[in-house]
Amino acid sequence: MEDKFTDALKEALEMEDQEISFDDNFRDYDTWDSLSRLSLIAVLDSEFDVQIEEAEFSKLVTVRDLYNAVVSKS
Amino acid sequence: MAAAVPQNTIKNYEYTQYFPAEDVKDIVDKVGIVERRFAEEGTCASDLCYHAAEKLIADLNIDKSEIDVLVFVSQTADYRMPATSITLQHRLGLNKSTLAFDVSLGCSGFVYGLSIVYGFMQQQGLRKALLLDGETRSRVYSPKDRKTAFLFGDGGIAAVIDRDEAYGPSWFSLNSDGSKSSLIKMDAGGYRNPSTPETLKEKVVDEYGNIRSDEHGYMNGADVFNFVLAEVPKDIKTTLNFSGKEAGSLDFFVFHQANNYMNEYLQKKLKLDTHKVPSSVAKFGNTSSVSIPLTMVSELKGKLDGEKELFLCGFGVGMSWASAIIKTNNCHISELVEV
Repeated sequence: MEDKFTDALKEALEMEDQEISFDDNFRDYDTWDSLSRLSLIAVLDSEFDVQIEEAEFSKLVTVRDLYNAVVSKS
Repeated sequence: MAAAVPQNTIKNYEYTQYFPAEDVKDIVDKVGIVERRFAEEGTCASDLCYHAAEKLIADLNIDKSEIDVLVFVSQTADYRMPATSITLQHRLGLNKSTLAFDVSLGCSGFVYGLSIVYGFMQQQGLRKALLLDGETRSRVYSPKDRKTAFLFGDGGIAAVIDRDEAYGPSWFSLNSDGSKSSLIKMDAGGYRNPSTPETLKEKVVDEYGNIRSDEHGYMNGADVFNFVLAEVPKDIKTTLNFSGKEAGSLDFFVFHQANNYMNEYLQKKLKLDTHKVPSSVAKFGNTSSVSIPLTMVSELKGKLDGEKELFLCGFGVGMSWASAIIKTNNCHISELVEV
């Protein structure tokens, strides 16, 4: 599940060649913006059938926070 | 059906007045909206519908005295009162016995409008209906708010509906969720928050420096996308089950044209054949309630000979969403009018 999640995140953020650590603040990634947010929504839907509303999403800071949110809704 | 769009064309890649060209390129590449039409000052949504209606009436040699119903779908009406449909009854020279009213809905508006008109037309005493749908959304959003500045365009359509066994049954699913009413909204200018000099002032609204006034529309794009993913595929399945039909047996799927990214995703998720899913978003942007019928006019001309079954799906502001399966029979599509 963790690998599937990091693959999905890398795809959404076009970071396939880079390392992702669960302690990273995902909003600090160079490719993070409102457009990659849309890609993230699509990939969470297609890979995990999960939607995270903005109110909840705005409180997520690290990659681990995001992962835990996805797991809790899967 | 007929459609009218403004001649005035905005080229999105060159829409760099307020944003760096590099950012503009990223946005336009993502949303896939290359051009939009903006109505000139003095042209309203009703004018676009008027031109579309006159074109259609002329092309089909329709006797205006047989039009008993006029419904105007728009959230960019001419005035707060009277209803724009009634002014259109006069402008088009229809009988005073014409039943006319406005429907204030956005992206779901055309499908809702069809269901309303179809409902009326089941009454034997009504002969023909004119469904007009027009929007000047270019004026609703701030050009300095990058979340919406590249998306919206203007257009107006006219559809004539009459009653004939040749059209067979149709199926509609019409839905509402007011808990999400703040996802796409204009805060001031109505009666809840009346207009004041303050509400007209432009202000910076977020940490990205986006600027708009309280009388501009705004959209929470992420939550709108979430909403679409949560509700639209489900509603499509519900409507197909309701009709007893398989997606593969239908001829075309015409979705509301919000942006290309979302529509391509929906198409992939629903495993639809690309050639059955026409798209006009690159040419006209998001014209709100007009986008479904405008897509039919711009992309299905010459493809609606004989009997065709169409799946229509509109979703957006409200939030409101609607799906329909309708049959057309030699549906005439007029040449696009440019105003």
